[in-house]
Amino acid sequence: MIALLLRDLKLAFRAGGGFGLGLAFFLIVTVMVPFAVGPQSSLLSTIAPGVLWLGALLACLLSLDRLLALDWEDGSLDLLATAPLPLEAAVSIKALAHWLTTGLPLVLAAPFLGVLLNLPVPGFFWLVMSLLIGTPAMSVIGTFGAALTVGLKRGGLLLSLLVLPLYVPTLIFGAEVARRGATGMETQTPLLMLAGITAATIALLPFASAAVLRINLR
Amino acid sequence: MTLTVTDLAITRGGVPVLEGLSFELRPGRAIILRGPNGIGKTTLLRTLAGLQPPLEGHIDGAEDQIAYASHSDGLKPTLTVTENLTFWASVFGTSSIQPALNAFALNELADRHAGNLSAGQKRRLGLARMLVTGRPIWMLDEPTVSLDRHAVQMFADAVRAHLGQGGSALIATHIDLGLDGEVLDVGSNKAKPKPIDDFDGGFL
Repeated sequence: MIALLLRDLKLAFRAGGGFGLGLAFFLIVTVMVPFAVGPQSSLLSTIAPGVLWLGALLACLLSLDRLLALDWEDGSLDLLATAPLPLEAAVSIKALAHWLTTGLPLVLAAPFLGVLLNLPVPGFFWLVMSLLIGTPAMSVIGTFGAALTVGLKRGGLLLSLLVLPLYVPTLIFGAEVARRGATGMETQTPLLMLAGITAATIALLPFASAAVLRINLR
Repeated sequence: MTLTVTDLAITRGGVPVLEGLSFELRPGRAIILRGPNGIGKTTLLRTLAGLQPPLEGHIDGAEDQIAYASHSDGLKPTLTVTENLTFWASVFGTSSIQPALNAFALNELADRHAGNLSAGQKRRLGLARMLVTGRPIWMLDEPTVSLDRHAVQMFADAVRAHLGQGGSALIATHIDLGLDGEVLDVGSNKAKPKPIDDFDGGFL
């Protein structure tokens, strides 16, 4: 299992691996928001939590189509499925690798981009906290979507259409935590909901992903 | 470990391709799978490897015993030869990749990226993967594609050594590898179209 994690991390950091793509996308989207809505700092600080959450979500989505498609194309997915490693473990590890190379950098970059959008000071902690808890769910749900569309020609677009609606609960509660945190309100309820969604997806979705993958490999 | 196949029927894309297939693969033996293109050799190997369920029949003794090599080699172009092999070795829980490198003369290429290898060298690396799996039953689908004559000999020697250690192999190939194994021609097991029964016939 560790071998698979290390291989996926290594592949992500090597040339053409796509590490940093999501991060660069997140940066560009955030920088472009003031161009679109105007430079009033009061308006920017109101919308900052929502914009940062949406940007992180879209950046996460960007790298999903490579998650399983590359392994499918070069045949290593077939070989993994016949290896002693259970497919459930393999998809969990791949989701973890995706989070480490895409989700975690977004979490770490978010406070710096918060400065660009004039995020109120109390909001920084809650923004990082909510992204830290919410992004693993995005990787796990994304892996499920990637398993559904693996082997399809131009499956990337379909993948986005399938996965985006599934991201809605995470987005609602995650952005709510960040928004409440920024305005100094209590954050416990949405934070617990967010954590609950993440815990449930991590517990259940790998089984669904593996089942779907077995059917897709036939 | 003997692989026993009884009365197997398999499908490709929902359409039955082979039926009534029975054979036994004993330790130390090789079976050469033959048959015209499209008859279902690849589908048979995928079914035996557990990638798809059979339509009918039983496969006994396959559980966690099979190492499968498909048409594609499953190599990562940005990893080196050593890294590719080491990955599969640790997935299968074996330690040494040196015998595999030796058997397919990959020592000189060990630090090259798999993406920079020629088609034949990639194939050799893909076949070397079989050695690091440590599994007794090899399923090989057209293993000699893009190999030169010398490399084919290398491959045949590797299979012979594997059989000598009590392993077995099922190989779909059209060339003569010089192995002493029986030939299984699946051409006669082509699935026949289902006879039209009265219910279907009513619509015709």
